[in-house]
Amino acid sequence: MSQQKQNAVLELRNVTKTYRVKQGLFGKARPLTAVNDVSLSLPRGEVLGLVGESGCGKSTLAKILLGLEMPSSGQVLVDGQEIGAQDRLSLARRIQPIFQDPYSSLNPRKSIFDIVSLPLRVHGVGQQADWDREVRKILDIVGLPARVMNTYPSQMSGGQRQRVAIARALIMKPEIVICDEPTSALDVSVQSQILNLLGDLRREFGLTYLFISHDLAVVEHLATRVAVMYLGRIVEEADVAGLFDAARHPYTQALLKSVLTPEPGLGVPDTQLGMAYPNPIDPPSGCHFHPRCPMMTEHCRKVAPRSLPTPQGRVECHLFDPESPMTKAEVA
Amino acid sequence: MALTESTDPLLQEITGPTPGQMLRKRVFGHQGLLFGGIVLGILLLVAIFAPLLAPHDPYAQSLMTRMEPPVFLGGTWEHPLGTDHLGRDYLSRLIYGARVSLMIGVIAALISGVIGTAMGVAAGYFGGRVDMVVTFLINVRLAMPVVLVALAVVAILGGSLQVVIVVLGLLLWDRFAVVMRASTLQVRGREYVAAARAIGASTPRVILSEIMPNIANNLIVVVTLEMAHAILLEAALSFLGLGVQPPTPSWGLMVSEGKNMMLFEPWLVLIPGAVLFLLVLAINLMGDGLRDVTAPDNRS
Repeated sequence: MSQQKQNAVLELRNVTKTYRVKQGLFGKARPLTAVNDVSLSLPRGEVLGLVGESGCGKSTLAKILLGLEMPSSGQVLVDGQEIGAQDRLSLARRIQPIFQDPYSSLNPRKSIFDIVSLPLRVHGVGQQADWDREVRKILDIVGLPARVMNTYPSQMSGGQRQRVAIARALIMKPEIVICDEPTSALDVSVQSQILNLLGDLRREFGLTYLFISHDLAVVEHLATRVAVMYLGRIVEEADVAGLFDAARHPYTQALLKSVLTPEPGLGVPDTQLGMAYPNPIDPPSGCHFHPRCPMMTEHCRKVAPRSLPTPQGRVECHLFDPESPMTKAEVA
Repeated sequence: MALTESTDPLLQEITGPTPGQMLRKRVFGHQGLLFGGIVLGILLLVAIFAPLLAPHDPYAQSLMTRMEPPVFLGGTWEHPLGTDHLGRDYLSRLIYGARVSLMIGVIAALISGVIGTAMGVAAGYFGGRVDMVVTFLINVRLAMPVVLVALAVVAILGGSLQVVIVVLGLLLWDRFAVVMRASTLQVRGREYVAAARAIGASTPRVILSEIMPNIANNLIVVVTLEMAHAILLEAALSFLGLGVQPPTPSWGLMVSEGKNMMLFEPWLVLIPGAVLFLLVLAINLMGDGLRDVTAPDNRS
């Protein structure tokens, strides 16, 4: 574990992001904790899948990593250096995003050449002729013909646009790519193309991915480690095999059950989660997951679980806490 | 070099018109826009080449030939639109008046456009306190009746072309600010803005090269509306005697000077009124057309 930490190209230490939300004109501002005490470390060359429902704080975490938002507390380290201490340009050379919706991530008024060469122009790399050469090269790498340089995003399909977005992210040769649900806006047939492309690019350039998704099948396909997020907290973290074969946290188990299968006649899976996602302004007491947990006990309602190491990672649940009063009765 | 085969058949053929070509096609298919553009173009040319087009000196009085009727009411071709109460050639005054109207329209819209756009974009982009201040200023401005304030200021400073332009320019920025604020709010949430910031682009670069091109269509529409607004306000102020001062030829002033004779020589009021109407109509048609043509990006 400590060895891994030393190789960590990206590390989060107790990162918390709190927004102040005003309710109504004269309402008092209340804190909304979007990211709550998250610690993660991402070794070089690995793919960390970050899974969770909409609204659990995945995208806020991505924004913090990109330097678009500052964490309220905690540290984000890139190559051992804190994010806030680096200037925006050098951070931008290291971390680049690929966003969810390729229809909104490309400026409709700009040609593909302008979009892909923007990082070069912002960072003042080379001259016009170099930009042209670089753009051709990167377009070739992502599998687009060079003649798309003079077209506009509205002339392209979703898959092509996402390739353009990938080209823009990779043209400066970053170390880390934050993929914020890069395939969820695409057709299923195109999804696999983009995923394979991302996998190939990782091997080719030795990239490190933080792969945010709510699609477990996609994460299983690409990730080496998985972190499950619920209401701003990482409730379980494990390597891919460990998580998909032996999910511990009841929430992870429910997520795994919710994956749709192509089997006819099975119908839509019932996750037993029932109740809607809780309001993050007013999170449940104790363990945040207790109102939806099938194994909930009185203890969960009162006390928040602590982070416990497991053979493959860690989990936050009373079920696995040997000191918790409920463990013996429940597990047995 | 390609790591993956391009299995997407669409990759082979990326055709179809560029946004520029589609825009051109829509522009020439829009009758209102064409009509407005042509009328405005003609009036602009008339204003620019006024000294060449005007048959007479617009200031030359001839008390022997006062209130001659226009050609279509039995006048002569010497004065195709007749003469006013001081014997000045009406057509020449109309032609020179186009200069005043268009200059006021264009410059006042420019001044207020710069003020309003800067405020609106800043409010929409930065949000928070900046937004609160701008919204407050917009509310203050909206609470002031334009004509009344303009009247008061002109009455204090004295009426002249420059004063009218500046006063209108400083009063008509509210719609720019409101529209630009809303458009900026809409655009700044898009992911390409986040992508540009993640690339490390500076705030001015993000605003000028990512946001402005995407809200420019709204800006153009507001510019045309405010131009028409400024022209009408100048006419109103001149009519009330607090705008452009005589003997400068201004369409509002011409209506004002003709109003005493309206019952007997109605054309003195009708001709400048009709031209004013035509100009404002042309500008508004053009604004409407520009909105239709530029608003939806993927419309065919």
